[in-house]
Amino acid sequence: MTQFLQQLSNGLVLGAMYGLIALGYTMVYGIIQLINFAHGDIFMLGAFGGLFAYNHWLPSSMQGHILIALPVCLIFGIAWSVLSAVIMERVAYRPLRNAPRLAPLITAIGVSAVIEEGTRLWYPGAKQPLDFPQLLPNGAFTVGGVRITWANVTVVVVAIVLMIALQTFVLKSSTGRAMRATAQDPDTAQLMGVDTNRVIVTTFALGAALAAVAGVLQGARLGTVRFDDGFVAGLKAFTAAVLGGIGNITGCVAGGFIIGIVEVMAIQYLPRGSGFKDLWAFVVLILVLVFKPTGLFGEEVATRA
Amino acid sequence: MRHRNLIRVAVPIAVGAVALTGCGSNSSGGGGGGGGGGHTVVIGMSAPLTGPLSALGLGMKNSVDLAVKQANAANKIDGWTIKFEPKDDQADANVGGQVAAALSSESDVVGIVGTLNSSVAQQEQQAFNDANIVMISPANTGVELTQGPDYASGKKTRPYASYFRVSTTDAIQGPFAAKYLYESGIKSVATVNDQKTYGAGLVAEFEKEFKKEGGKITSHQTINPGDKDFSGVISKIKPTNPGAVYYGGEYPEAGPLSKQMKAGGLNVPLMGGDGIYDPTFIQLAGSKSNGDLATSVGAPTDQLDTAKQFVQDYNAAGYKDSYSAYGAYSYDAANVLIDAMAKVLPGKDSIDDSVRQAIVAAVGETDTTGVTGHISFDQYGDTTNKVLTVYKVTAGEWKPVKTDTF
Repeated sequence: MTQFLQQLSNGLVLGAMYGLIALGYTMVYGIIQLINFAHGDIFMLGAFGGLFAYNHWLPSSMQGHILIALPVCLIFGIAWSVLSAVIMERVAYRPLRNAPRLAPLITAIGVSAVIEEGTRLWYPGAKQPLDFPQLLPNGAFTVGGVRITWANVTVVVVAIVLMIALQTFVLKSSTGRAMRATAQDPDTAQLMGVDTNRVIVTTFALGAALAAVAGVLQGARLGTVRFDDGFVAGLKAFTAAVLGGIGNITGCVAGGFIIGIVEVMAIQYLPRGSGFKDLWAFVVLILVLVFKPTGLFGEEVATRA
Repeated sequence: MRHRNLIRVAVPIAVGAVALTGCGSNSSGGGGGGGGGGHTVVIGMSAPLTGPLSALGLGMKNSVDLAVKQANAANKIDGWTIKFEPKDDQADANVGGQVAAALSSESDVVGIVGTLNSSVAQQEQQAFNDANIVMISPANTGVELTQGPDYASGKKTRPYASYFRVSTTDAIQGPFAAKYLYESGIKSVATVNDQKTYGAGLVAEFEKEFKKEGGKITSHQTINPGDKDFSGVISKIKPTNPGAVYYGGEYPEAGPLSKQMKAGGLNVPLMGGDGIYDPTFIQLAGSKSNGDLATSVGAPTDQLDTAKQFVQDYNAAGYKDSYSAYGAYSYDAANVLIDAMAKVLPGKDSIDDSVRQAIVAAVGETDTTGVTGHISFDQYGDTTNKVLTVYKVTAGEWKPVKTDTF
């Protein structure tokens, strides 16, 4: 039982990460039906942005104080990711807004390659995995035999707060209303005075900001970043988004937690599970899609033909 | 229905993309050349020159480059100039296959130094063997490369006559580590491997010997190359209370694994093979990696009298990257190749299959002293030099603790 709870706590952390990244996929998909395969790389850029700020801009006297260092890294990580996402939308996706659906999908894969290779070539030392600073609180506590690190607690709390904030923003703010209107019918929304281009850019920026937070937190938690980190993380997050019902924010968060927990439980309870954990994540995805093609929480978008 | 159709397209793309991890091509030009002589002969190389393992690959490349420059300057092969052509295999077996196809189709190539990874070599041996191109690896330790897939059951057969290596094998390295751990008082060990030829083979050999010594394997786990988050595996291992964790794989995963082990409350040393013996491991594993262990082939380069000249020449040549774990071996491999070429090529004016075969035979008869010690090959193409060293992370640096033959 202790072992189950220990793995559950690992799964929650992993799931919070996937959920945060998946929100970017799901929001962009909800609005323009684009599966932005470059989103995983935006996550990676967030981590590199934070790392750059830490190494080059943060005075070394401040580096030990996580209350200063963490926000600085988060802000620069977010700035770098949001900037990249906005440029990406403007250069790669907007010209293809009315093209057949497959065109922007393939473009997204191209953008992903550009971001990865660009980082590998131009970020100093990025050909190697890079060491990421300790930005999260040290130490751990034990509850009923389960060892929980403060770093993991921080990650999960930050992720959940952001998820709630996003949900509130989408449901309550006027920009959120514009986003929902654009998602329902972009042409009518535009006729009603919604600046759809602005809404779409905002959506990309929001998704990028969440991914950047995930990137910095993951870097700090695992202590290392690599130029190709976005690839697998992006795939997992995409899986989480589809599992929950792509386009649906609650579903996407639930999907993230499910994938995270499935992975660690596979490691714990299935023979050779640690080597095949990714396989089990996809098995769950396929099973859900067989029985519920729109994903677990997918009704809301399925009504639109 | 638009949504569902898109998902129908996107899901297979996503799943397919998993299979293509790390694909892509990258060619990287290299140095070499210089010197006189009418004809040109090419030494190729297949090693990871980009990507997470490039620290090792670039050390290999520079060391061969140095050997080639010295040979040309000394006019070692009468009438011939050696050209060095390094290619980037990205530590990826598929890319390695392309590299092998490209190099083996070039008419001037007679020999290859490489690869770093056993899994990549496995993909390349056939192509080079078919073309009678001799391949000498400074780093491959996977046993089946020379002794065939059934070596464990005693049926040793050499699969490719043109493949040699100057590094020792995991059949020596794994047991060497097992013996060291057991004799230092650690009687129970959990193992983790990355499921690649090298990692899985190393762990299998380690476990066999460790059990024979009387030790206990408390848990046997696998991970995937490229994994980042090891919390699940660590939580699974922790309750089995191992005295150490033995890892089969390379430093990009081993470093974070060590760091996360200590953060996750599993405060035991991590031990690995030559794949983790690199300063990058310590950088990634952080300050708590003190006490972690690695074995590596041969004696420490900077402590060998025979290697002093090499280290001096390497530093004088002003290469940007360190010669790293396999530099001295790559230098030796290149010189074995150059010596064999010097026996065969003078007097010839073109390269054909009989010339290539003669070079393969000449390499097989090597009996010389290189910078890493005595070099000769047994009937499988393995080096007869079975010296290994255990290194320990001490105050943030790899320090040799024991050099021995197994």
